[in-house]
Amino acid sequence: MTNAKPASPQTETAKSLLLGWLSARLSPEAFGWLEQQVAVISCGERAQQLGIAVGLAPRKVGKADLDLTPSEREDGRRARKDLDTTGWSVDQAARSLLVLASFKGDEAAFASGLDRIFVSAEIGEQIALLRGLPLFPAAKRVVPHAVEGVRSAMQPIFEAVAHRNPFPREEFSEAQWNQMVVKTLFIGSTLAPIQGLDERRNPELALMLFDYARERRAAGRPVSHELWRCVGPFAGAREVGELANMLANGVGMEAKAAALALSECPLPEARSALAATPALSAAIGNGHLTWNDIV
Amino acid sequence: MFIDPHAHMISRTTDDYEAMAKAGVVAVIEPAFWIGQARTNAGSYADYLSHILGFERFRAGQFGVRHYCCIGLNSKEANNEPLAEAVMEILPGFATKEGVVAIGEIGYDEQTALEDKYFRLQLDLARDLDLPVMIHTPHRDKKRGASRSMDVIIEHKVDPSRVVIDHVNEETIQEVRDRGFWAAFSIYPHSKMTAERMVALVKTFGPERLIVDSACDWGVSDPLSVPKTAKLMAEHGLSEDAIRKVTYANALAVYGQSGQMAEADWLAPAAIDQRTLYQGNTVLRGGQVPRVDQSES
Repeated sequence: MTNAKPASPQTETAKSLLLGWLSARLSPEAFGWLEQQVAVISCGERAQQLGIAVGLAPRKVGKADLDLTPSEREDGRRARKDLDTTGWSVDQAARSLLVLASFKGDEAAFASGLDRIFVSAEIGEQIALLRGLPLFPAAKRVVPHAVEGVRSAMQPIFEAVAHRNPFPREEFSEAQWNQMVVKTLFIGSTLAPIQGLDERRNPELALMLFDYARERRAAGRPVSHELWRCVGPFAGAREVGELANMLANGVGMEAKAAALALSECPLPEARSALAATPALSAAIGNGHLTWNDIV
Repeated sequence: MFIDPHAHMISRTTDDYEAMAKAGVVAVIEPAFWIGQARTNAGSYADYLSHILGFERFRAGQFGVRHYCCIGLNSKEANNEPLAEAVMEILPGFATKEGVVAIGEIGYDEQTALEDKYFRLQLDLARDLDLPVMIHTPHRDKKRGASRSMDVIIEHKVDPSRVVIDHVNEETIQEVRDRGFWAAFSIYPHSKMTAERMVALVKTFGPERLIVDSACDWGVSDPLSVPKTAKLMAEHGLSEDAIRKVTYANALAVYGQSGQMAEADWLAPAAIDQRTLYQGNTVLRGGQVPRVDQSES
């Protein structure tokens, strides 16, 4: 049905993964439309077809939740490390498939085709394409779209990049990463769904977060307990003092977050501060209290 | 529940959205139009269309109002031929996007030859894409301009049952109705049509194929025109059914023909929309929690 050569093993794997998931969920009519679009786009004879098909996808395949089974999720992670399709809908999966079909082995051509789609993408298209980034080839060339997504004032677009997406962890520079993490807190979103949150902690980010927390407190505004997840290993004497104060005077989640942060700080002052709350210290020691408990 | 099927929300404040949602406006339609001054290049036009399909739709959703739009080249800017040519190139790509319920608002302003040319091209586009049409009738030489618009629509074989003639008044309603079009009335504080006159028109003509909108924009206009007119109609003894038709059901019937607008969008939105595009609405407050699976990672 198509004269296209396999573009790359990874792209072919991703395409068959998405085709498999969608064939199990779409009506024969909707799936037939999708297969036909994939064939036309793969041929590459009609340059406009990708944009048209991406635009039409929800009205052709619907917007039901993708809702993968546990074994399908496992297949996803095997095909693409850390792929997390939580919250995806079928039209989003279909849009990623259509974009993948446009790759014919030339990364520059693929990236400029994607640029053209992004230029006029409405909000639903942007969310779908940003969620699809980890499946696309030419990762280095498509980084600007992820960075622009993080700049968005539309929270669902921001979260399409920041949450449950391995792309930022793998491709963002430290400055880009730090902007994303701080903005997540700034817009009232949550850190927990960010992949690689612990692994990509760094001193610069810790500095920005301490400053941000002080600014919030000066304004009498609450600070997310999640913030402290990114600071422990880089806390200096002043910061340890602040964390010790939170531990001594804070209640509930705040004290727990302070204890966890102190437990990750190598300074001796941190150890002695933590020793003041033996119960929390023991809970951390035996694994009963972890960052996953902090919301 | 009300639908305001003509509202330039890009020019309105968050206070307006709050007031509209509180008054029961569940959906708005934002027709592409002139922004108060001329755009000088197709790039700014493309960004405007992206804006009403993107950020404005998101902004409305945050207040529990569903946002749809009409895509088109307006008559004023049709007079800049290089701009118009370039905009015509990009229109099909935008017109097929999600949430686009019509080609519009298009029609005549000064009734120049260029306006006529691009009006006709866009009628053909609407017919080819099977989309309804929203017609802007001119402020000057209105009666003849409206008649001429309808002549051209019929000449281009667009079915009147898929076309809304907007900014109708006492002078133009009879012909619009007789020829099978939908008649929309922009209720303005100082011009176009008032709520009192609207009540009289519904009493005289009945509610079939009549539609009330606010056409609120960057000028003196009232985003609560639709609920206020409904209230006045009730006070003047119009039936609940008639009020529902002209402030909700008729707009849904004509623009719903696009396949892009349905009652379920606000009464039972898709889960993905509840998570992303449509928040703070009564459906959610009623106890339905948007379902977000726990991440496994």
